[in-house]
Amino acid sequence: MRKISLVALALFGALLLYASSGLPGHGDPDGASHRQQSPAGSPVAAAHYIRHAQEDAASPNIVTVVLADYRGFDTLGETIVVLTAGLVCYLILRRSP
Amino acid sequence: MTSSSRNPILITASRLLAPFIQLFALYVIFHGHFGPGGGFQGGAMLAASILMLRLSVGAERSELKFRKSWGTPVGALGAMIFAGTGLLTLLLGGRFLEYHFLPLPDLSRADLHSAGILLIEVGVSLAVMAVLVAIYDDIMEGPGGN
Repeated sequence: MRKISLVALALFGALLLYASSGLPGHGDPDGASHRQQSPAGSPVAAAHYIRHAQEDAASPNIVTVVLADYRGFDTLGETIVVLTAGLVCYLILRRSP
Repeated sequence: MTSSSRNPILITASRLLAPFIQLFALYVIFHGHFGPGGGFQGGAMLAASILMLRLSVGAERSELKFRKSWGTPVGALGAMIFAGTGLLTLLLGGRFLEYHFLPLPDLSRADLHSAGILLIEVGVSLAVMAVLVAIYDDIMEGPGGN
């Protein structure tokens, strides 16, 4: 059983390595996520963020602008998830008096 | 563990290290506009400094820094700062989290967005810090703990 799982892990790792060879390079302007238009012809959101992040939020860190401004609602959800985890731990673990 | 059996080297080292960890955590939070970092990472580092004190100098004395009863309320306060920023812009005529409706005078639209990002990063860091400490305290207080 242990041998089978090791072989399966090695095969899966080889598959992942093979798949990663097909990814576009860092900052490749022809990569799928950096194109101005999707294959269907609609504008791609990432190009808009990269182009406008600095002037929209006066912050050179695109990651922060996307996390807290363009997708602030998503980050609010993440914070609520963290808070919910804390509340659930409180409810389950603290003894009732 | 009783306080008499604690290692003085551990106590001294952690008490010396904790303020520097907290200072670096504040740097990570407030430098998030310009480099890697932000509320989640900085909050985790703040929690790490408090948990290090909890482990080394004991629960009673580390409560001088952060009380056990504060965890859940401060976490809720952090989430409320975040949601309150969004509701404030909603009340002042914008959409949810549309920061250029924040009531801060003499700031351009981009600077208002920058200030709004800072506000919610502070809220996120408070929530993450308090919840991480609260989970540790719950585990230590709860059934099976001491």
